[in-house]
Amino acid sequence: MLEITSLNKTFFPGTVNERKALRNINLTLTDGEFVTVIGSNGAGKSTVLNMVGGKLRPDTGTVRVAGKDVTRLADHSRARYIGRVFQDPMAGTAPNMTIEENMALALGRGTFRGLGFGVTKRKREQFVEELRSLELGLENRLKAKVGLLSGGQRQALSLLMATFSGPKILLLDEHTAALDPQRAALVARLTEEIVVRHQLTTLMVTHNMEQALRLGTRLIMMHDGQVILDLDSEQKAQMTVPGLLHEFEKIKGAQLDDRTMLQ
Amino acid sequence: MITAVELGLIYAIMALGVYLTFRILDFPDLTVDGSFTTGAAVASISIINGVNPFLATAFAFFIGAAAGVITGLLHTKGKIDGLLAGILTMIALYSINLRIMGKANLPLLGETTVLTFLRENRLLGTWVSVGLMFLGCLVAVAVIVWFLRTDVGLAMRATGDNEEMIRSLGVNTDNQKILGLALSNGLVGISGAVIAQFQGFADIGMGIGVILIGLASVIVGQAIFGQKFIWIAALAVVFGSVAYRLVIQLSLQAGLEVNDMKLISAVLVVIALLLPQWKGLGKFANRISIRSKSITTEDKKEVGVDA
Repeated sequence: MLEITSLNKTFFPGTVNERKALRNINLTLTDGEFVTVIGSNGAGKSTVLNMVGGKLRPDTGTVRVAGKDVTRLADHSRARYIGRVFQDPMAGTAPNMTIEENMALALGRGTFRGLGFGVTKRKREQFVEELRSLELGLENRLKAKVGLLSGGQRQALSLLMATFSGPKILLLDEHTAALDPQRAALVARLTEEIVVRHQLTTLMVTHNMEQALRLGTRLIMMHDGQVILDLDSEQKAQMTVPGLLHEFEKIKGAQLDDRTMLQ
Repeated sequence: MITAVELGLIYAIMALGVYLTFRILDFPDLTVDGSFTTGAAVASISIINGVNPFLATAFAFFIGAAAGVITGLLHTKGKIDGLLAGILTMIALYSINLRIMGKANLPLLGETTVLTFLRENRLLGTWVSVGLMFLGCLVAVAVIVWFLRTDVGLAMRATGDNEEMIRSLGVNTDNQKILGLALSNGLVGISGAVIAQFQGFADIGMGIGVILIGLASVIVGQAIFGQKFIWIAALAVVFGSVAYRLVIQLSLQAGLEVNDMKLISAVLVVIALLLPQWKGLGKFANRISIRSKSITTEDKKEVGVDA
């Protein structure tokens, strides 16, 4: 479903600030696979996500979605295939527009937007149906401006908007990180339900190792622009947070040794 | 006094254009000062050459829209700052307007205009003409409100509200901005064309400061009437434009001169922009303040949110 081949990216090449963000990343996600991505700051997790989403272009390498090469497509041109939820709860919705208008914007994902009414009676029924699945009572407040909602509600709505109009791939960029523990748990639970219901191929970046182990069907760990650990669903089920930390130290240590040797 | 209301209603079409860019797209568009005159120039020269005045006014829409497209291209494809892109188009239009008109002032004496019918029946300056012009404004408001509720209209509002988000939903925000600027400056062109026909001439300087009149109308109107729904916000712009003319009229009666009007416009806009920062105004201040900040904690309590 998602195929990333030998992706390389260097920021500020040729300057003192040169930083290799990605070093030859290869990653293939099968249909319906839910991959959690962990790693230290600057490991390249968000860079991978931004390349799949189209915010960044790789120096070399390709990104394929459902067999189609999207490497050179602008972010809005590939939005038909890709739903995104950002870390900032404010980022995924339009605050001065109503809930139903936001839903209408999401329903039009990747389609031609013409002069038909954005919100019709039929669409509204569909929105109510979808919003009900969140169990937050938003279906009764269709005409409320989204800016009036709490962070948790907005993030849940963002999640729904990113998924209900049929993308093939879902990108989650630390989407629970800015919420308090209770709301984070709620959004995590909704994520699990929605991914299963829509059979979405999902790439989720998180800083929360416990969450990375609990959610998803596969786990990868990144460090210094490389994938250093790739656990399938079985291995992941056996893994613990201390175990992950241990692996991380082991691999990182080995890498450092290599470099010291070379110098 | 009635003439002031008439002027307000004609300028309201321009103010509605400014509303589209300033509020909906969150784009301060200075093209207006040029496209207003361009609309007047094109309509006037067309009328003088025997074109039907209504068709001539329609030309003004398209030429204004073209000016908007240029600003839009400079900003989106050329990555030029929005303010500067508007200024560049505005300055360039000054020369183009002179080319179109051939001279700095183009009289429409004795020509048939869209207002000839009213003028011949001595209806100008009466409530009949005010009523007809208000009807015209209502039509413009209705079209804008309808447009902003269509799929493409929603996408345009989202472009001004949260660009990142609407791009992630597959909308090319560059195109939305260009379209918005085109519609806005088209309306401004129409307004300029009708003003020229109303005053009986097109003048190279008639567009100077028009953006301030538009901003004053939007800000003052929406401060008084609010912007809870799109139709209220749009209608408020029309009333704001009339209110602005009445303020000008009153200051003229109070002894200020026509030459002082630009100063009055500027002071009015400054007041309207500074008032929201003054805490003493409470809820009223929130209403004036721009965009998302208008959602207050007080509103939140009213709706009773927090999951």
